[in-house]
Amino acid sequence: MTAVSLEVNGAAVDLDVDPRETLLDVVRHRLGLTGTHGGCEQGACGACTVLLDGDPVRSCLLLAVAAGGHRVTTIEAVGDPGHLHPVQEALSRYHGLQCGYCTPGMVLTVIDLLAHNPHPDEGQAREALAGNLCRCTGYAGLVEAIVALGAAGRP
Amino acid sequence: MKPPPLDYLRPATVDEAIAALAADEDAKVLAGGQSLVPLLALRLARPSRLVDICDLGLEGVGEGKEGSIRVGAGVRQRHLELDPAIRTAVPLLADAVGQVGYPSTRNRGTLGGSLAHADPVAELPVVAAALGAVAVAAGPSGTREIPCAELSTGWFSTVLDPAELLTEVRFPAVAGPRHGAAWREWAPRAHDFATAGVGVALDLDASGTCTAVHAAACGIGGSPLVLSDALGSVIGFAAGADPTALLRSVATAAREAAAGGEEDQVELVGLLAARAVADALASAGVAA
Repeated sequence: MTAVSLEVNGAAVDLDVDPRETLLDVVRHRLGLTGTHGGCEQGACGACTVLLDGDPVRSCLLLAVAAGGHRVTTIEAVGDPGHLHPVQEALSRYHGLQCGYCTPGMVLTVIDLLAHNPHPDEGQAREALAGNLCRCTGYAGLVEAIVALGAAGRP
Repeated sequence: MKPPPLDYLRPATVDEAIAALAADEDAKVLAGGQSLVPLLALRLARPSRLVDICDLGLEGVGEGKEGSIRVGAGVRQRHLELDPAIRTAVPLLADAVGQVGYPSTRNRGTLGGSLAHADPVAELPVVAAALGAVAVAAGPSGTREIPCAELSTGWFSTVLDPAELLTEVRFPAVAGPRHGAAWREWAPRAHDFATAGVGVALDLDASGTCTAVHAAACGIGGSPLVLSDALGSVIGFAAGADPTALLRSVATAAREAAAGGEEDQVELVGLLAARAVADALASAGVAA
């Protein structure tokens, strides 16, 4: 076991991890933050996306021990049931989710897209979602939500 | 889909990293982990120990000799994509890196990691080979320079010794008063592994006449296929000339250079080379 110290959703976390444990498994099974979903566990689906020092990464492709010293943000730190984040609000309004399994990864990916490109068009929205797989509701509502978010913020 | 048991070491210096690698032949360098960790999860790789090189200070970008650009092996791919200095100095690299995985993998994946992993359809080794970049490797007997076109020896194999690690990649300065570059690839799904890809960088004089071409392809065999000589017909092409014959000759020359590859890939390399030349000319302000 290896000692690792990191910040998760604003709180300092110190734990002993097996070096082979991924950040995904640590946030879910050690910290109980089950909003981060494990899908493919090989970097293909994007369901496990978290923010590392503010940038999206795949928590299944990051060993927890390698996250030591970094700041991790999971979906639990984004909005709350009474006050949804604007991206969550838009996904809800435009039916950008159904079963919800991919949603945490989608929300964090879209937040990052809008941080870099506040007014994405449809093509840019689709491009940004290329790494996040949805297998139920499809992408139409998601894309609509993203374009609407960009248009709403347009001066 | 869980990595196998392994040890983890995060050395503070390049020398410590080399010593750790030299002491254990089953140890493996962990750079960004965006290719290695999936291989661990699939149990296709079972290293005894990972030597994480994230603390070695390999994230610098700066100017080298004769205007060359020195890019640390640990520079994240997302940085290559977003840094305006890279876009100006090595536009082909900036164009291609946007096709490497996704933002969430580019935030971790590194330049050196991609070169050392030597995936036969990875973008960055092809760009480095096309541009005549030179990789710097540090090992037990010191450092050496390796032309990137000679780095890969085939599928997922390089000339690197197991105890060597890449520390830096030097890209030659963009030449000529005008320059154009384009990376074009075909993949069955956006941002998935490419079936084939071609990168082209062109130097032009002030009047818009092409004076040099740098090009390479992936999808043919296990290593980047350098096309700079094959596409020599682009040299001398001038702004305002009819591009049809040029692009046809480019496609033919690229297909011929790719002969021996899989039939589909050979065809694609021809088409992508023509498209990349046209787009590189367009990016230099020359219609094609």
